Amino acid sequence: MIATTFFFYLFSLFAIASAVLVITMKNPVHSVLFLILCFFNAAGLFVLTGAEFLAMILVVVYVGAVAVLFLFVVMMLDVDFTELRSGMLNYLPVGGVIGMILLAELVLLFSTWAAPAGDVAASVEAAQNTRALGLVLYTKYVFFFQTAGLILLVAMIGAIVLTLRHRTGIKRQDVNTQVARGPATAMEIKKVESGQGI
Amino acid sequence: MSIFQQLGAAAALPEILLAIMAMVLLLEGVFVTAHTPNTIRWGAIASMVAVAGLVIWKSGSGSVEAFGGAFVADGFARLMKVLALLGGAVTLAMSGKYLARTRMDSEEYPVLIMLASVGMMVMISAGDLISLYVGLELQSLPLYVIAAINRDNAKSSEAGLKYFVLGALSSGMLLYGASLVYGFTGHTDFAGISAALAKTGATPGVVFGLVFIITGLAFKVSAVPFHMWTPDVYEGAPTPVTAFFAAAPKIAAIALFARVMVGPFAGVTHSWQQVVIFISIASMAFGAVAAIGQSNIKRLMAYSSIANMGFALVGLAAGTVEGVEGLIVYMLIYLATTLGTFACIMAMRRKGIYVEQISDLAGLSRNDKGLAFVLAMLMFSMAGIPPLAGFFGKLFVFLAAVKAGLYVLAVLGVVASVIGAYYYLRIVKLIYFDEAAEKFDGADMELAIVAYASLAFVLGFIVFAQPLVNLASAAAKSLF
Repeated sequence: MIATTFFFYLFSLFAIASAVLVITMKNPVHSVLFLILCFFNAAGLFVLTGAEFLAMILVVVYVGAVAVLFLFVVMMLDVDFTELRSGMLNYLPVGGVIGMILLAELVLLFSTWAAPAGDVAASVEAAQNTRALGLVLYTKYVFFFQTAGLILLVAMIGAIVLTLRHRTGIKRQDVNTQVARGPATAMEIKKVESGQGI
Repeated sequence: MSIFQQLGAAAALPEILLAIMAMVLLLEGVFVTAHTPNTIRWGAIASMVAVAGLVIWKSGSGSVEAFGGAFVADGFARLMKVLALLGGAVTLAMSGKYLARTRMDSEEYPVLIMLASVGMMVMISAGDLISLYVGLELQSLPLYVIAAINRDNAKSSEAGLKYFVLGALSSGMLLYGASLVYGFTGHTDFAGISAALAKTGATPGVVFGLVFIITGLAFKVSAVPFHMWTPDVYEGAPTPVTAFFAAAPKIAAIALFARVMVGPFAGVTHSWQQVVIFISIASMAFGAVAAIGQSNIKRLMAYSSIANMGFALVGLAAGTVEGVEGLIVYMLIYLATTLGTFACIMAMRRKGIYVEQISDLAGLSRNDKGLAFVLAMLMFSMAGIPPLAGFFGKLFVFLAAVKAGLYVLAVLGVVASVIGAYYYLRIVKLIYFDEAAEKFDGADMELAIVAYASLAFVLGFIVFAQPLVNLASAAAKSLF
């Protein structure tokens, strides 16, 4: 129990600290690296609550795909972050006040929070993660699952519509035609008369 | 008994069919070489009309729940789905020649509109916070893409990007609100939330979540203060896309707004009522005042739609059956008027080039009497001049507000309506009394049909109002 508490605070502390570092780092590559650290700590918190599957998904999807993509974009695009940050002092008072109000409201709010009696989800300890997900994903939640699939289809169509360009006049390698070429189609035999040239 | 029978999947048959048709047409676009974008477009129109017919045909069966309450097919859902599908089909029918002339006709455009329509139908039938969200995203994502469909044009790309970034922000807020509501009530399904709220009442947490959900929904209906994207997106997107934005998604978003407010949160009406009243007054006032200085007719229509959403929300603010009835009638009239107006805007073509300045309409009555008359009548209707349709729309929502005791809201609404009348009437003045500009090329047949049908609706509403109002009344009752 003590170990759990210890790790909870450890992961939480690292998650918050790395989240702060993400937005304060000068070098954008460092920011993304701290973002990855933040994801790992969030995954650790999931493990503590018994949601191992979610933890692994978080690592695979967010660290493995999303964060690497971020890193790629940050390295590819030459974004001048000091210029982006130049207006920060101007916006700080308004943004800060709104942020503080929101924070105060949230603190007030969560101090009144109590788990709704009798309506809480059953304890997850008895259930196995993937089994529990598999039982409902294609049955109870099939509607949401399929609709989410349609959303992904739209994302694919959208990416193609907005970026695919058919360029004309470029030469492409077509392996089939290359392999299908024989001496008959590829070569032309000319009889050259001596001293005449072609 | 198969799992699909257990889940009641048959209730979602129209959605499933439309999604399948969209995929079939997409595959046809890829693999069938002997097609033109036009065949896909007419296929899309035919399937949307057929699905609307299917929705009407199944309408005798009362209120049906499916997928454990995640999907609700009641009278309200059916009526709004038919309106949204018709709005989508009509704008698609109007868009063909425009897209062909501006070299924007692609096979994906009708498919994206069909998938957006599936999203709208899911939204309208949402019975759960999760289906609310997935429906909303399925509707929004194609809209971002088609806003930027003219990708070589900087304005169109800007419209798409702006819409996407702000839309993602609003989705985030909506999700945050939904997670708070789930945390404080323990349910995502509307029936469960309603039951939990009946026990606890409006706790601060629920109110906090509710406000965030309203924020997300207000963005989708482009109500003030979440309207900033509307003028830029309406102006930047190609005109057929703007026509679609103004018609179908508005119906779906306002239907979802109504369903969420009077469904799960019916028990805490006083908590959301004041927010909706504020949004409604702000939209009516801002839409009326900001439209005055516009010179681009698409921007003008954007401000007009902001004001119109304000008027529609007056009905919702009442929170009563009459209020929702007024809202439905208002949206019906809004749909018909908007489609007609955009048909007229798309007919503004001079020497093969589409123009969209208000000043291009000057002296239209001398060059094209028919188009001038249609546009003038539609403007009179939107200004709310009796006995045209727009007057009755406003009458119903204001009557509902007065009956619910919201006198201030009704009075402010009438004032905003009078201010708004100025810019509608300015267009009429421009058409009939100004120096004639050069002639337009003449409207295409599809546009003329839509424009005259809209004119017939606006002029004839007073005659056949009763059956429509009865329909709206039955739909509104099914929601409570």
